[in-house]
Amino acid sequence: MTDEKTIVTKNLVKQFKTRNGVVTAINGVTLQVHRGETYGLIGPDGAGKTTTTRVILGLLTRTGGESSILGYDSMHDTYQIRERVGYIAQQFALPGDLTVMENMQFFANIHGVSREDQKKRIPELLEFAGLEKFTTRLGGKLSGGMKKKLALACSLVHEPQVVMLDEPTLGVDPVSRREFWNLLGNLRTEKGMTIFVCTPYMDEAERCNWVGLMYKGQLIAHDSPETIKAMVPGRLLEFTPSEFAPARDLVAGMEGVTEMQTYGLMLHVFVDDLDRRQQEIQATLADQGITCAGMREIEPRMEEAFISLIHKQESYERSESTAE
Amino acid sequence: MQGESAMQSQAKRIYALMWKELIQILRDWRTLLMILGLPILEMFLFAYAVNMTIDHIPTVVADLSMGERSQTFLDAMQTSEFFDLELYTSSEQQVIQAIESGKAVAGIVIPPDFEAQIDRGSAQVLIIFDGSDAYTVQSGYRAASAIAQTQSMVVVAQKLQRAGAAEFSPPVFTSTRILYNPNMDGMIFMLPGVIGILLQMLTMNLTAMSVVREQELGILEQILVTPARPFDLIVGKMVPNILISVLDLAIILVVGIYWFKVPFQGSFLLFALLSLLFIISGLSMGVLISTIAKTQKEAQQITSVVLMLSMLLTGMMYPRSTMPPAVSAVGGLIPVTYYLRIIRGIMTKGIGLTFMWQDVLVLVIYGLIVIVAAAKLFKKRLD
Repeated sequence: MTDEKTIVTKNLVKQFKTRNGVVTAINGVTLQVHRGETYGLIGPDGAGKTTTTRVILGLLTRTGGESSILGYDSMHDTYQIRERVGYIAQQFALPGDLTVMENMQFFANIHGVSREDQKKRIPELLEFAGLEKFTTRLGGKLSGGMKKKLALACSLVHEPQVVMLDEPTLGVDPVSRREFWNLLGNLRTEKGMTIFVCTPYMDEAERCNWVGLMYKGQLIAHDSPETIKAMVPGRLLEFTPSEFAPARDLVAGMEGVTEMQTYGLMLHVFVDDLDRRQQEIQATLADQGITCAGMREIEPRMEEAFISLIHKQESYERSESTAE
Repeated sequence: MQGESAMQSQAKRIYALMWKELIQILRDWRTLLMILGLPILEMFLFAYAVNMTIDHIPTVVADLSMGERSQTFLDAMQTSEFFDLELYTSSEQQVIQAIESGKAVAGIVIPPDFEAQIDRGSAQVLIIFDGSDAYTVQSGYRAASAIAQTQSMVVVAQKLQRAGAAEFSPPVFTSTRILYNPNMDGMIFMLPGVIGILLQMLTMNLTAMSVVREQELGILEQILVTPARPFDLIVGKMVPNILISVLDLAIILVVGIYWFKVPFQGSFLLFALLSLLFIISGLSMGVLISTIAKTQKEAQQITSVVLMLSMLLTGMMYPRSTMPPAVSAVGGLIPVTYYLRIIRGIMTKGIGLTFMWQDVLVLVIYGLIVIVAAAKLFKKRLD
């Protein structure tokens, strides 16, 4: 059962026709999501995350390749998919002039959930989402975080086996974000639900068991968060130089520095040999009268790994184009 | 969900969508009030403000003759009720000034030698109109000519009598009988027009705006990922709006018949059936517009263009018989044209299908095309 595949795509392609010609939004994406897994599709804005989600759901016409959920083809078995999958769109909205309870009932009825099941399930879901005190409040009068929780509760009312969430915590405060992810965690552990989530937030990506990194319509890496973090060679040094710009330029050209990223006034430097390079960097900068505050080794996070992988992809593309 | 036929689950989905739509309509009471109040407002406006028969034209007079006969002529003008002689001046110059300053719309100048002219048999009265108001000029000119004609008759009769003729009666009379609307009551003409235009505007807007709004907000995407089929969505959207439109129609009819005393001559059943067809095709037209328009603003622009053409070209206010063929042909493309002829036929003339089957056929064909097109073009996907 563990290697049962819930979502599968093979060389998925989606092209949009625009006035300026054809735009390829998805360029041959192959991915698998296993049952009970939380899969995070991460990538910068415009990478093609939303389009991928919509094509898999059958909301957009597929241009090429294969895609299916629970064995149902996205294009041909659209309604089988819709009966078994819950979805929250990125720019989603629930009817704002319906109350919380009416919204729940509407989605339950449209999915054909029986009255008896509704009586049991709706209070459960409202409690699960922490909305049991707001049943008579209009959907449009809820806070941003509560709206997302209501959307999640509505998308679960037909007991789907898979939920697909497109940037579900966009524009939500940090506390609500944490609460929302705790809800998702409960869904996975208690119901064994498969969760597919698109997100630009790296801390959210770390909460997934499997991560796909999407960039310019392609999946440039997919693995567990641990493996992805380990993909960046070398060890990571963090420090704050007293003079930022000269320090940045100096360090970037040094031997043994494989990659450098900037975080505000901090530098994150990947080096091949930690002890040796740490001393060299400090010495080189000291020669220029630059001091380094708080220099220490840190664990690479998804954020560093993500940027590193994109840098690599960009330099690969550059070499490809110069080779031509 | 097991053991349930496809029909049953479809009925459930349609019920869910209708229920949601109805709650939304009832909860948005401002819009509802406007939808139900607008026809009443419109009828009173058309009945009292937009009066198409022009009389009681404010008139300025310069009677330079000051004779008995000129007075008789002016009396005739006043009693005709077409002209209200409000201002008396002493020269043509002053008459023109009064019209220019807006104190009067028409002016009458009677020359100083009016009495002598009549005796000679060729008297002339100068009537001056403010040409910026074409309707008044038309009606006023016709009225003034008629009055002058009658006055001439009287003068001729008097002359003949003096010459020795015993009894005089003019040889030719025209007699006009106006069918269906003997008192030329404007409301009898306007009420079907108001029904046609309001239903067209209402039905198109109801569906176009609500679908486009849901699309803009992202509600549509959230509903599209449910098992609801495009057919379910269309029926769920249409049925509550049909109820609203029928309610609106009932309000117009009740006010028209009981307040404005507009007679209803023909078959009510036929009227109801064809109106229902017109309502459904109007709502389908709105769905069609929603598949083209991306924003509510765009939808509104499209519906206003249709509305403007409908008011001008379908015979609601201006008779189609006087339009140039090309303009009239454009009007022929708008379904309101046929619906108006049909309901005027039923309400005012009381005629049945035998006399208007062609118009009914056009309306039915149009309805079928729009409904099928709306169902076909309403997408289950986003692209």
